[in-house]
Amino acid sequence: MLRFILGLVGLGFAGVLLISFFVGMSNYVTSPPEPTAEEEFHLHPKHLRLASDGPLGKFDNKQLQRGFQVYKEVCSACHSMSLVAFRDLAQIGYNEAEVKAIANQWQIEVPSTNPETGEPATRKALPSDRFPSPYANETAARAANNNALPPDLSLIAKAREGGAAYVYSLLTGYRPQPAELLKKFPAAKTPQGLHYNPYFANLNLAMPPPLTTNGQVTYAAGNPAPTVDQMAKDVAAFLVWTAEPKLQRRHASGIAVVIFLLFASILAYFAYRNIWATQKRKVRVTGALDPKNQAKSARAKAKQGVAG
Amino acid sequence: MSFAWAKPYEPKSGFMRWLDERLPLPRLVYGAVGGGYPVPRNLNYFWNFGVLAGVFLTIQIVTGIVLAMWYFASADGAFNSVEHIMRDVNGGWVIRYAHMNGASFFFIVTYIHIFRGLYYGSYKAPRELVWMLGLVIYLLMMATGFMGYVLPWGQMSYWGAQVITGFFSAFPLVGEPIRIWLLGGYAPDQAALTRFFSLHYLLPFVIAAVVILHIWALHIPGSGNPTGVDVKDEKDTLPFHPFYTAKDGWFGAAFIGLYAIFVYFAPNYLGHPDNYIPANPLSTPAHIVPEWYYWPFYAILRAFTVDFILPAKLWGVLAMFGSILLLFFLPWLDKSPVRSGSYRPVFKRFFWILVVDVLILGWCGGAAATPFYIALSQLAAAYYFAHFLIILPLISAFERPLPLPNSISESVLHGEKKEAAPAGIEPRTTTVAGA
Repeated sequence: MLRFILGLVGLGFAGVLLISFFVGMSNYVTSPPEPTAEEEFHLHPKHLRLASDGPLGKFDNKQLQRGFQVYKEVCSACHSMSLVAFRDLAQIGYNEAEVKAIANQWQIEVPSTNPETGEPATRKALPSDRFPSPYANETAARAANNNALPPDLSLIAKAREGGAAYVYSLLTGYRPQPAELLKKFPAAKTPQGLHYNPYFANLNLAMPPPLTTNGQVTYAAGNPAPTVDQMAKDVAAFLVWTAEPKLQRRHASGIAVVIFLLFASILAYFAYRNIWATQKRKVRVTGALDPKNQAKSARAKAKQGVAG
Repeated sequence: MSFAWAKPYEPKSGFMRWLDERLPLPRLVYGAVGGGYPVPRNLNYFWNFGVLAGVFLTIQIVTGIVLAMWYFASADGAFNSVEHIMRDVNGGWVIRYAHMNGASFFFIVTYIHIFRGLYYGSYKAPRELVWMLGLVIYLLMMATGFMGYVLPWGQMSYWGAQVITGFFSAFPLVGEPIRIWLLGGYAPDQAALTRFFSLHYLLPFVIAAVVILHIWALHIPGSGNPTGVDVKDEKDTLPFHPFYTAKDGWFGAAFIGLYAIFVYFAPNYLGHPDNYIPANPLSTPAHIVPEWYYWPFYAILRAFTVDFILPAKLWGVLAMFGSILLLFFLPWLDKSPVRSGSYRPVFKRFFWILVVDVLILGWCGGAAATPFYIALSQLAAAYYFAHFLIILPLISAFERPLPLPNSISESVLHGEKKEAAPAGIEPRTTTVAGA
């Protein structure tokens, strides 16, 4: 009885699913979904190789410093980085005096209170402060950016599919809208105030191209030429660091942990072999009792018409 | 418990004797996972995953307690407190990644453990309650995992909570009030976050308690084995310690190594990038997907697209819950007296079809809801229900199983000798070393 009821339940679910399937199929055939510009013109991120990639990857501090320079001179005008403190810059090779100077000279001051009157005021940033936001609040940020909100960059390399490669591709991906796209999807013309970028999910991005000319940022001597491509790579590398400052530490301890566990499991394996040496180790059913052989002989018997 | 030849505990020192007379805890442990628990000697590596599940439960509880020391269950502060753990707390990043990936690995080993049970008929008499308690653990794990995923209060946390609590609103009349009651508001917010944190901390201990019942119920008949043949005498078994502790030891260390590779080298591989964006009730992500371990069920939920008598959403929710609840009836759906799939040629084929089917469901559940994936998940979900509720009872009625070995030791000894032997041969009393 129970099996009968449950069988009916099974028939019910499977039946409704098959009805759903056939209804879906007929809808698909009678009115196939229209292709969209996003489907056809969206590109996956370009390949980007960074020093921090792979299980042995380490940060390239020189590149991170260049990336920080790009953030400071270009990105920070609109994008906050609220999870990173000035003191953290010591991890990418700046000394204490340099960190102090960077904080002290930061364009935007940190909100504070006037110690005399208690009124809201601002003060110069200290190494212990996190990077101050360029806007007082979200409304101010939207008002200044055509109602688009520039995202906080602290975690951007972890918060986007493709990570650093996506950042790099987006920064170097601005281009005029292809004629082919306009011909096929006239309605998908990039609206006023947006910018065409095939690496962005819906192809049209509110952010104007931030890196436009080679040499926009001046790198110190001994660094590669600041081409748009190089600057984009450098800032992408920097944002990998801001997203996970402990990445290098993670790789280093990971190697030690995995080697340790490898040794531990090899030793434990020999201990296991040793303990089982006096017993049947392998649990194989072979010979006549092997189900495979039994199946084989059953088939052979069936073929010859022998019972059993 | 279990067998007559199980060695009783003998205290080795004066102190242990003193303790044993007053609090027989050493005796309990010895009988549960020590030399006093006889285990079939022919277990294969699929029998290691139960112990591994216990290991991952422990890892989750330990790392979770440490995380709770720094975590802030506040709608304003939760996201930043997790980032504080990642950036500024000493060793916080490894604890947090260990917990994140520990959840995935807990589910990986549990899924292997469940499918081992499905293949070898571990749900059959006399182990029906072991199976059902295991399903209770699994349901508790799903609830715990879901609530844990909400805690970082990222975009997927928030919208996942929105979607999953939204299931309840599919039920007519009572649904919406229940949803609001569960969330403590009209949408996930502070009240929901605090209670999820409270329950996320509580449920693992409930799981631990049910694990004790699960093991207790298992120890009455003793462990199953790959032949599915009952243990007949002492020659069929080996004491759990040192034989299976040694086997679990090396395999556990190796498996923890695999887990470490994820924790240290691909900690975010099993996660979703959107959860590194702080929760924003005003911005819905393009694709809301739960964690990978819910994907098969999410695919079943989305597969219902037609209002056939009931609304499609209600069908989806009923089917999703039903897909797990039906497993409670499995001992009575599959009435074949042969436990092991190795001796059931027809069952075995359908078992592997089921494995592929569940993988397909998982693949569909993780993908965007395009017509292709929806259609595929409809067929796969239909097979899922048909498999358990229609095909399995029919197979068990019509299938002709292969002959079983007379005993575990016979199958093992003949395996070693690799030659044919007449049925009913006296099992040899001496063990064959090495070979």
